[in-house]
Amino acid sequence: MSFISNTKEQQKDMLAVIGSTIDNLFSDIPAELMTNEFNLPKGLTEQQVRGALAEIADKNYINLTCFLGGGFYDHFIPAAVYSIISRSEFYTAYTPYQPELSQGTLQAIYEYQSAICRLTEMEVANASLYDGGTAIYEAMMMALRVTGRNKVIIDNSVNPIYRVMIDSYTKNLSIQLEQIECTDGQANRREIFKKLDNDTAAVILQNPNFFGCIDDFSDIADAVHKKGALMIVSCYPISLGILKTPGAMGADIVVGEGQSLGMPMSFGGPYLGFMSSRMKYVRKMPGRIVGQTKDKLGRRSFVLTLQAREQHIRRDKATSNICSNEALCALTALVYLSLMGKEGLKETAQLCADKASYAYHKLTAIPGVKPRFKAKWFFNEFVLDLPCEAADVIARLIEKGFAAGFPLSRYYENMENAILICVTEKRTKQQIGMLAEALETCL
Amino acid sequence: MVIEGLFYTEEHEWAKVKGDTATIGITHHAQELLGEITFVELPAVGKEVKQKDELAVVESSKAASDVYSPITGTVTKVNSDLESTPEQINQDCYNDGWICTMKITDISTIDNLLDSKKYEEYLKGL
Repeated sequence: MSFISNTKEQQKDMLAVIGSTIDNLFSDIPAELMTNEFNLPKGLTEQQVRGALAEIADKNYINLTCFLGGGFYDHFIPAAVYSIISRSEFYTAYTPYQPELSQGTLQAIYEYQSAICRLTEMEVANASLYDGGTAIYEAMMMALRVTGRNKVIIDNSVNPIYRVMIDSYTKNLSIQLEQIECTDGQANRREIFKKLDNDTAAVILQNPNFFGCIDDFSDIADAVHKKGALMIVSCYPISLGILKTPGAMGADIVVGEGQSLGMPMSFGGPYLGFMSSRMKYVRKMPGRIVGQTKDKLGRRSFVLTLQAREQHIRRDKATSNICSNEALCALTALVYLSLMGKEGLKETAQLCADKASYAYHKLTAIPGVKPRFKAKWFFNEFVLDLPCEAADVIARLIEKGFAAGFPLSRYYENMENAILICVTEKRTKQQIGMLAEALETCL
Repeated sequence: MVIEGLFYTEEHEWAKVKGDTATIGITHHAQELLGEITFVELPAVGKEVKQKDELAVVESSKAASDVYSPITGTVTKVNSDLESTPEQINQDCYNDGWICTMKITDISTIDNLLDSKKYEEYLKGL
């Protein structure tokens, strides 16, 4: 059966009208991505399909001991998270389209927003965005709207995946993007201040940065505000259990990847972008926002608010094309944070930091293994220089059962021997010891 | 409701001209169409705009509309009362609901505006 609804004759007629050929219509797709044949074997039974898929799935290494971070983290997820979010009343990926009918969903989103505000110490949060990368892009666009300026300064220790995303989003926009190379794992103040001027809309930073190093951007915030620009900080939510918050540093927009709040890494998604800001910028914020109000009988109720920012009302002048949210992931984050509580989150963050510190000392005691940066302050990730290429060592360690870390040469120059190692609360002293032993034999 | 002595645009802005100064707002018809106004994004003082350029944004619970400049000039003052009480536009669009004043830099742009009679006729034709 053909799934193409028009006949060859009709296609010919239509092409004659526009004076083109089918191949011409697809000419924008690079030749190397085009294919003339598809590997579509005959149908199988359900049992056969399961067998075939299981065979493919077996090729994955799923039982590696994980020391891999780089923006996505292997944290413990209490079983209650799944039980609660799986309730049919909650189980949707989207903001409802008749929102006020779904008071429970709106209340959950409102509570999620409140949790993000408290976590980042900011005044207002939206109902979530796709992921940490799109959130940072949206924050940048928001800063351009707020300031009416066109220049953005970004530190190159912001997650390189996010920077790639910003590059592709802004490829066809006339935004002046200035990338500043960090120095010894820290944001390079001198270079940032040199570039910072009255045309600058925003300075984008990350804490802890991609190398795991921690910083206090309060001095940068002061300088940025003096120029009438905004400071955007991307952060790792678990770290906020013990680190100084972006809000306390004076950030104007805070974003981040929320995966660490109860979501599995699951091969790249679905993830959660969160965003919070100052109340004075709320009308320039993208995404949905749930507000609390009273119905006509005076009962507490929830609504989607400030919708004139959004495209169903503001059309082409909307603050963003985001018209939904990652409702289920946001709910997951809320449930996770509620189960952990203030103390639980603090304890988790402290465990991460302590175990990472232990691993750092254990691993740097191996002959030939050295810390990459002089600055010793990190949260739960750190960079080590190995005596040989990191990618090769990582490959050898996979065979020994470890996802030992991230080879930084993938995104940075002159870092062939550098490995980014992450330790979460899930790693045990024994596992860290085993990694140290295995690493020593793989060098 | 149309006031005599003011100038109007087909986009439903009004301008009250005195010498080289113009006070700008949106008309009764405009506020009626928009409904309850919840927010006004005021222009920055000192902003230079050409006739028909975007000047401000008026938001109601059901729409967000650009306010276009009726004349070419520079913004000299904005009605900051609208930040806390935007409903002044609904209550009294021609007085307390003014949006900004401007120094007219191209006086000939006034010639493109409608007088109250022509605007009234225009409204009837809608």
